[in-house]
Amino acid sequence: MEALYALTLGVLTAAGVYLLMRARVYPVVMGLTLISYAVNLFLFAMGRLGTGVPAVIGKSAEHGDPLPQALVLTAIVIGFAMTAFVVVLSLRALGELHTDHVDGEEPR
Amino acid sequence: MNHGLILPILLPMLAGSLLLVRSYLSLRVKRVLSLAVTWALLPISIWLLLQADSGELQLYALGNWQAPFGIVLMLDRLSALMLVTTAVLAGFAMLYAVRGDDERGANFHALFQFQLLGINGAFLTGDLFNLFVFFEILLIASYSLLVYGGGAQRIKTGVHYVVLNLVASSLFLIGIGILYGLLGTLNLADLALKIAEADAERQPLLAAAGFLLLIVFGLKAAILPLYFWLPSAYAAATAPVAALFAIMTKVGLYAIVRVFTLLFGNQAGGLAHLVDDLLWPVAMLTLVAGVIGALAVRRFERLIGYLVIVSVGTLLAGIALGTADSLSGALFYLIHSSWICAALFLLADLVARQRGELGGRLRTGPRLANPLLLGAMFFIAAVSVAGLPPFSGFLGKVMLLRAAGTGQQALELWPVVLIGGLGMLVALSRAGSVLFWRTADEAVAKPELDSVRTLAAIGLLACSPLLVVAAQPVYAYTQATAQQLLDVGAYLQLVRGGGA
Repeated sequence: MEALYALTLGVLTAAGVYLLMRARVYPVVMGLTLISYAVNLFLFAMGRLGTGVPAVIGKSAEHGDPLPQALVLTAIVIGFAMTAFVVVLSLRALGELHTDHVDGEEPR
Repeated sequence: MNHGLILPILLPMLAGSLLLVRSYLSLRVKRVLSLAVTWALLPISIWLLLQADSGELQLYALGNWQAPFGIVLMLDRLSALMLVTTAVLAGFAMLYAVRGDDERGANFHALFQFQLLGINGAFLTGDLFNLFVFFEILLIASYSLLVYGGGAQRIKTGVHYVVLNLVASSLFLIGIGILYGLLGTLNLADLALKIAEADAERQPLLAAAGFLLLIVFGLKAAILPLYFWLPSAYAAATAPVAALFAIMTKVGLYAIVRVFTLLFGNQAGGLAHLVDDLLWPVAMLTLVAGVIGALAVRRFERLIGYLVIVSVGTLLAGIALGTADSLSGALFYLIHSSWICAALFLLADLVARQRGELGGRLRTGPRLANPLLLGAMFFIAAVSVAGLPPFSGFLGKVMLLRAAGTGQQALELWPVVLIGGLGMLVALSRAGSVLFWRTADEAVAKPELDSVRTLAAIGLLACSPLLVVAAQPVYAYTQATAQQLLDVGAYLQLVRGGGA
C-alpha cells in the first residue's frame, strides 16, 4: 500500500508542477489544485497508513493518530478558500489584461 | 494564565468580523472603529512588552489544553518587540488610509484588521501548524489588499504574488508533515526538544524539513532567489497597504529567527546551526542584488521596494552571524527599517500626488507645490535609510558591523554593507534630484497635500530620530532579546515543566 500511495503522490505532484510551468492561468490553477491534493494526502499519511485502526482510543488495541486528520481538514479548508480566490483573481486578470498568460502579456 | 496575550489577536479579529458583517455601516463609523482598534493595539503591545521584559516566557494555553497537547500562544521578548513594531506601523498606515484611500473599494478596513490579526498571530503563536494558519490568514488578507483599488498593474503583480505564495504554502505543509511524521508534535518548544534527541537515521529528513521551511520563510522575507515578486508588488499596492507590507517581509525574517534559533539552534545536536552557513552568502547576495536593483529603477516606489530588499539582506547577515551581538544589532535594524521603509512608501505617495499623471516615474516633471516640506522629509528618510549619521539606520549598521568581529566575516560584511550604503545613497540622490530639483517651472493644476496624510508620514519618519534618542534602552532590550533567543534551555523548560 505504501508504494502505491507514494506513487500516487509522486504522479499528482509531477502533474501539478508540469501544469504550473504552463504559465497560463487555467492550467496553473489546476496545477495548484493537484499539488494541494498531493500535500493533503501526504499530511494524512504522516499519521501512518493502516487498516482497521479506529481513531477512537479504547476501541481496539491500536488506534489511528487523529491529529493528521485534523491538520488535513484545516489544510483542505484553507486550500479551498485559496483556490476560490485564485479563480476569481484569474477571471479578473482575464478581464483587465485580455490574456490568460500569468505575466499579463503574451510572450514574444 | 495571562489573558492579555490573546488581545492582539482577538481585537482585530472581532473588529474585522464586525466590519465585515456590518458592511453597510457608514464609512465614517468604520473609520473611527478601525482607527480606534488599530491604535488600541499600541498600548496593549507596549504592556505586553513590559511584561516580556521581565525575561520570563509566558504561555497562553488556548482552551486550557496544556502544551504540548493543546495549541499555545507564546510571549517572549522577540514577539513583544515585533508586536510593538507592527502596532506603530499599522497605526500610522491606518491614519494615512482614512483620508481617502479606503474609498477605492469595498471592505478596506475589514481586510486591514484581518491582516493585523494574521501578523500578530504569527508573532505570538508557539505552534508550527498554527504559524501556518496565521500565515494563511495574513496572506489571504494581503492578496485582497494588494489588488485593492483594482487596475491592470495591481492584478498583474497580484497573480504572481498569489501563485508564488500558494506554492510556498504547499511546501510549508510538506515541511510540517515531515516534522510531525518523524517527531509526533508540532509545538515549537517540544519540537526543539525532540529534534535535539533525534537519532542519526532521522536527521537527514529533519534537515530536509528545515530547508523546506527556509524556502517558505525566504519567500515571505524576499531573500535572494525569491525576491523578484517584491518590487513590483509593493510598487503597485496602494500607499498605506505598501506601508503595512513593510512589516510582512519581517514576518518571514521573524519566522526564520524563531525556527532556526529554537528548532535548529544551539541545542539541536547534529542539526545545530543547520542553515547558518547557507544564510551568510545568501544575505550578502541579497544585499548586493537589492542595491543593483535600486540603482536601475525608473520609479520611486520600486526604488523603495529594492531598499526593502537591501534591509532584508542586512538583517539576514545579522541573523546568519548568529551571535548575541549580531542578533541584537539586526533586531535594532529591523525596527528601524520597517518604520522607515513604510514612511518612504507614504512619502512616495505624497510626492506622486503632486506630480499629476507622471506619479512616481523618475523623469522631469511638474514643480512640486510643497518642495520644502516634502524635500526635507525625503532628505531625512534618505539619510536614515542609507545608514548615515545621525539617524537610526547608522546605529543599526554600526551595531551589525561591530558584531562581525575582526575575522573573515568582517572582511566580507564591511565592504558589502558600506559599498551597498554608498550605492543606496547614489540611487536616492538620483531620485531626489529628479523629483525635487530637475522640475519644470509649472506645478500641476490641483496639487494635493492632505495635512493628516502628511502628519502620518511625519509621524513614522519621526520614529527614526526617536530611536536614536532612545537607543540606549532599545539596544538594552534587543540585547536581552538576543540572549533570550540563544538560551534555548528556557524554552525547552516550558514543555518539560508543563509551562505556566
